[in-house]
Amino acid sequence: MTGVSIIGVGMLAVGEHWSRSIGELAEEAGRLALDDAGLASVDAIVVGNGYGATLNQQTQLGSLIAGRLGLTGVEAWRCEAGDASGGVALRAGCLAIASGMLRTVLVVGVEKTTDIAGAARLAARNTSLDADYETVNGATQTALAALLMRRYMHENRLDLADFAGFSINAHRNGARNPLAMYRNRLRPSAFVKAPMLADPISLFDSAPDADGAAAVVLATAEAARHANARAAHIRGSGLASDSLMLQDRADPLHLVAASLSAERALRQAGLQRAQINLLELHDSCTIMTALALEALGYSGRGQGWAWARQDGARIELTGQLPVSAFGGLKSRGNPSGATGIYQAVEAALQLREQAGDNQVPGAQHALIQNIGGLGSAVVTHILSAAD
Amino acid sequence: MTAPLAPSPMRGIVYSWAQVREAPGGFEAQAPYQLALVKLDDGNLICAQLTDYVGEAQIGDPVEMVTRKLTTDGERGMIVYGYKFRPLIQ
Repeated sequence: MTGVSIIGVGMLAVGEHWSRSIGELAEEAGRLALDDAGLASVDAIVVGNGYGATLNQQTQLGSLIAGRLGLTGVEAWRCEAGDASGGVALRAGCLAIASGMLRTVLVVGVEKTTDIAGAARLAARNTSLDADYETVNGATQTALAALLMRRYMHENRLDLADFAGFSINAHRNGARNPLAMYRNRLRPSAFVKAPMLADPISLFDSAPDADGAAAVVLATAEAARHANARAAHIRGSGLASDSLMLQDRADPLHLVAASLSAERALRQAGLQRAQINLLELHDSCTIMTALALEALGYSGRGQGWAWARQDGARIELTGQLPVSAFGGLKSRGNPSGATGIYQAVEAALQLREQAGDNQVPGAQHALIQNIGGLGSAVVTHILSAAD
Repeated sequence: MTAPLAPSPMRGIVYSWAQVREAPGGFEAQAPYQLALVKLDDGNLICAQLTDYVGEAQIGDPVEMVTRKLTTDGERGMIVYGYKFRPLIQ
């Protein structure tokens, strides 16, 4: 297989970009990545976007973005897997390079969720759930995550405060990231008193919907040796599916696809879990972090929450296993279909030692995991520093 | 070979529940409402709202299926009926 490298990165501030269109956001992130790579063109553009059709009345993002970048004519298309759209687009780019069919691919993740607020946005985001058995009953992604969290708290005899460390850690790191949406620090006492969205999930437990765009330029590892930016290698890529509906899962507290995708990515990378220095997890809610840590094998069943102990001391930037180094979905923000590309850009910067105040000292291997729905589509990539 | 369809049991217990306060389009007027995963007597899970509860549900509560209005659809307000679960009257 041809090795794949990230030779250029770019990302915009995450937040509310009310004055700019989805095309403008994608164009700017794409230009940043192309400039970083020192390239004027690429063989293809792959776009990760979850909700353009419902939130922005815009599909055909491949052609839209190619045109804005002055690259009309190149192969360009969009990948969709809910909030995992970015991760899936990254994998599609990897498959294209690894196959030998393409030499350079620009992967752009873009989402614009905040033009529409409240019930209408939730209805649009609900298209990631099962329309006939979940959405029709008034479910939301947050409500379904709340079902998992309450069951998990019940089985393991936990309180809300036991999860606070995940959010505290995310905000501690996000406070140092100039591109993060919410740069406030979070106090443990505030976490347990936050207004509820879907009890037991509160405002300070759940990641904010956001606008954003991020991009990477992929090339063969061979070409990367001549690139102007220090490359990060994509050593492993895994994608797995699970039942779209929670009710169809034998054990809803086991994120099977998170396990499978990580196993596949680690096996391809030839790395063990213990060799990973840095995790970017899909922390849309704290329960998802706890369950992902279990699915990845960093904890036994019912023990993932323990990584949140002592305000997340073991997962901070200088901790045993840093998680969400740039703030994660919780503090950086969750521009859904772009999130997987933000994770890739952030990991690449870590491995280039260009992460500034968010640098994890000596990071060599990063695992990034992007989740669609409640674990129905999970993409895991392993990135390693240049030799 | 497809197994013959068996009638779904009408009773079960609350596997988990959530109090939905931020409701999606079509459900705003009902919020807050209790959404649950119910473990039916045959062991299968089903996602549905709880109804007729006085106060909060508890995991393990016995419940039974009833037909209820779920929401209304479209400009003419066509009623969408479906199933919810209420506390089992013993």
